[in-house]
Amino acid sequence: MFEIEGVTKSFGDQTVLHETSVAFEPGKSTVLIGPSGCGKSTLLRILAGLLAPDTGRVIFEGVEMTPGNRIPMRHRIGYVIQDGGLFPHLTSAQNVGLMAKHLQWPADRIRNRIEELAELTRLPRPALDRYPTQISGGQRQRVGIMRALMLDPPVMLLDEPMGALDPLVRYDLQEDLRKIFRTLKKTAITVTHDMGEAGFFGDHVIMLGQGRIVQQGKLEQMILQPANAFVTQFVNAQRFPTLNTPKESS
Amino acid sequence: MSKRSVLRWLCSAWILLGFGSKRIAFAEEREIGIGSKSFTESVVLGEVLSHLVRSTGARTEHRAELGGTQILWQALQTGEIDAYVDYTGTIREEILADAIRQGTKIESENDMRSALALKKIVMSERIGFNNTYALGMKRSVAERLSISKISDLRNHPQLELGLSDEFFERKDGWRPLKEKYSLPQTQIKVMDHNLAYRGLEKDSIAVADLYTTDPEIQYYDLVALEDDLGFFPVYYAVVLMRQDLVAHAPKAAEAILKIQGLISPEAMSAMSAQVRLDRRPETIVAGEFLNKQLNLSLALPKEGPWASLSKGIQRILSTTGEHLFLVLVSLGLAILTAIPLGIIAAGNETIGQTVLGIVGVIQTLPSMALLVFMMPLFALFDMGIGPAPAIMALFLYSLLPIVRGTYSGLKQIPAAIRESAEVLGLDAKARLKLVELPLALPSILSGVKTAAVINVGTATIGALIGAGGYGSPILTGIRLNDLGLILQGAVPAALMALAVQYGFALLEKRIVSPGLLGT
Repeated sequence: MFEIEGVTKSFGDQTVLHETSVAFEPGKSTVLIGPSGCGKSTLLRILAGLLAPDTGRVIFEGVEMTPGNRIPMRHRIGYVIQDGGLFPHLTSAQNVGLMAKHLQWPADRIRNRIEELAELTRLPRPALDRYPTQISGGQRQRVGIMRALMLDPPVMLLDEPMGALDPLVRYDLQEDLRKIFRTLKKTAITVTHDMGEAGFFGDHVIMLGQGRIVQQGKLEQMILQPANAFVTQFVNAQRFPTLNTPKESS
Repeated sequence: MSKRSVLRWLCSAWILLGFGSKRIAFAEEREIGIGSKSFTESVVLGEVLSHLVRSTGARTEHRAELGGTQILWQALQTGEIDAYVDYTGTIREEILADAIRQGTKIESENDMRSALALKKIVMSERIGFNNTYALGMKRSVAERLSISKISDLRNHPQLELGLSDEFFERKDGWRPLKEKYSLPQTQIKVMDHNLAYRGLEKDSIAVADLYTTDPEIQYYDLVALEDDLGFFPVYYAVVLMRQDLVAHAPKAAEAILKIQGLISPEAMSAMSAQVRLDRRPETIVAGEFLNKQLNLSLALPKEGPWASLSKGIQRILSTTGEHLFLVLVSLGLAILTAIPLGIIAAGNETIGQTVLGIVGVIQTLPSMALLVFMMPLFALFDMGIGPAPAIMALFLYSLLPIVRGTYSGLKQIPAAIRESAEVLGLDAKARLKLVELPLALPSILSGVKTAAVINVGTATIGALIGAGGYGSPILTGIRLNDLGLILQGAVPAALMALAVQYGFALLEKRIVSPGLLGT
């Protein structure tokens, strides 16, 4: 339902995405992982229509994305960025309901949908009438997710959604997000550089390096059977806490 | 917002301005317009002409205290005024300067008369006095030293002179005078004209430059020394009047010409003295003079503390109305123009820099220059003097702060917020309306506030071209050295600026989202 075919992207003389094709499995959660500058965010932004590919096509529900049909397509794609990207002049509820209101949904339908989403994302009710600067980072992210889910899009794109959160908040939200995607059967595409998060979310993990897909499949495969030295290096670079931390030699 | 709807918006705003100002300009179409410059003698003469016209039963409007010869001359040529008094020296040096440069010989007053006739302007015979520079001394001192002519000064090299800045610098001023008469004096103080009179009185200086019809000559009992070598150019007062007035309103034209030969130098300086030294209204002084001189029975307004108090209150009310009109209309037009310009500028870097550059340059033009530049443009629509060119100038000055406020307000929106709006599936118009403009609103408002405050101050210069407002009492007050009158304009202007500040603070609380105010 969502795929890219032979997509490339360069900025100036720097190629950030070499020819790449991927078909995302409907109803599953895919994670794009890799170091900074590997092209994972560029790929997500091309999917969202924020960047036009230099070559190749983006196909959504069987139709090629063009400047002409981008706007209706976006109503069927939810997009969440780090820290929520909320509009500071609107309350949480106004942020979530903005697009629906613009599409002239009846007021009570909007209200009911917002209630439902607050329940789903476990957002405390009082936060609905506050402005983004008046709520916590975790709450902002939950409002961002509600906003993306408002029109009930089949696809969710998430660009480092946990990037700005402290570990405890992040842990809770990861749990909630996975539950939401699974119950709602969303096609989720998440960008992260955190292996733990990739493993937790991803039914399917795609690792990128220097603008190319280097390996894809289950995360365990990447750890146990790395495709090349790059994957090994990236996996080994993730630091996990151990109980017997060796003392530094003095 | 699409370019077309921006254009439509602009057009309708401008058509409104056009009709608005045109109505104002034509409301008093049938009146005969008299002009005057912003010094007392000119205003008194303007009142004399107005009384003469009114004595024929015609209606008249005195556009008093306009900013200078060029402004009056343009207004006369376009028919916004029908007559005013000028001086032969000024006519030669300023009005006919072009004709002289192109080779026309202008030596006699008849030469001037024929040159002006080509421009369809009638120049009257002399009114009866010559208002030129002179050197003056206290009568008692002059008599004691037996000085009656400028050349007599040669025998008294020790005398101290107090000269006005302008006279000291002028091409027909001190230096050539000193050369022509071989004057030996070396002790020269450059000082304010009013202070020079006081210096003469207190004997701290012995000689000062004066105008031959200055009322202070009588007040301080001074004598103007005879210009025995004929150094100073002559400035005989004459009426300049449109030829078509003779055809359209022959009686009024005839009445205006009654001023020929009517006013002696003594009579002129006596009238100026009543206005400047006794603080009597010009219209009464001029009316009394005519009643006596021509046996007229003009009805004159009452005088006295109550009359002047009620006149003061009336003046504050009417100038407030005029000032608000200038500020609000120009600001309204500027908002309608500058916000769309700011939006366009923020959308395209090249256009943006060009627009900001142009409105920035406009901001640096001196206000007087801008006004004088606007007048001939508006004169094409018979709106050369009055509110229209002033509104245009204020409008142009308001553009920069509002364009810049809009531009930077939009540019400051973080990329993540812009993209969020885009990815949500809002089209460009909805993004502008629902997200970008509300976020830029504090910056736009502060631009509008800056423009409004600047406008309240700058609108005072509108008085120079007859637009009224708080500038009128300030201008009159400066002319009459009347602090009370200056304050009648300056204090309300300051209060209005404060009210604008306060009003915008309230407005901001009402229309800017609390989410942006950090509460």
